[in-house]
Amino acid sequence: MSVADKIKEKLAAELNPQKLTIIDESVKHAGHAGARPEGESHFRVEIVAEVFDGLSRVERQRRVYAALADELTGPIHALSLATLSPNEDLAQGGQ
Amino acid sequence: MSDSPISEKISAEITANDVVLFMKGNPVFPQCGFSAAVVEILGRLSIPFKSVDVLEDMEIREGIKQFSNWPTIPQLYVKGEFVGGCDIIKEMFENGELSELLSGKGIDAKNETAA
Repeated sequence: MSVADKIKEKLAAELNPQKLTIIDESVKHAGHAGARPEGESHFRVEIVAEVFDGLSRVERQRRVYAALADELTGPIHALSLATLSPNEDLAQGGQ
Repeated sequence: MSDSPISEKISAEITANDVVLFMKGNPVFPQCGFSAAVVEILGRLSIPFKSVDVLEDMEIREGIKQFSNWPTIPQLYVKGEFVGGCDIIKEMFENGELSELLSGKGIDAKNETAA
């Protein structure tokens, strides 16, 4: 299974997201420290989930990090996150 | 973990300095785009800060992750409190929350006009 698929599977199971977007940005970082020759090292993940409601930004990201603990000590070198509650997503013009 | 020498060292650092950035490299030569982004934001707000290069000290590099319960670098502390990593700092900078937080804690940008 690809790293992206694994991220998707774990976040879907842990956070029950309404929206989940995983963008592999490894190409942008090819050749620099932490980039793996096979790619799949740098990701941007955007999540809209009910569980974020009422949590601080730090707590939201900790939830994501906890779900991806194995990947973060393994193949993922960098993970950029956007974590929104459904209401915030609506307010930002999400559909 | 709380009484290990390394967490004492980190505690001392964030107690002695109002704004501390744990980063890869230093503000002049950041070794990572995410660290560079936070340095740039603090620069734009003219906030003086103490930087700690985690690449120079493996114990701090691993220790800060445990200490903050946060697996990535950079990490920003303000008045001993963990504020966040690059995504959070960017977001808070863009919506003005970061300046609010800093001035709320009595940390003001260097007043350039008064100089």
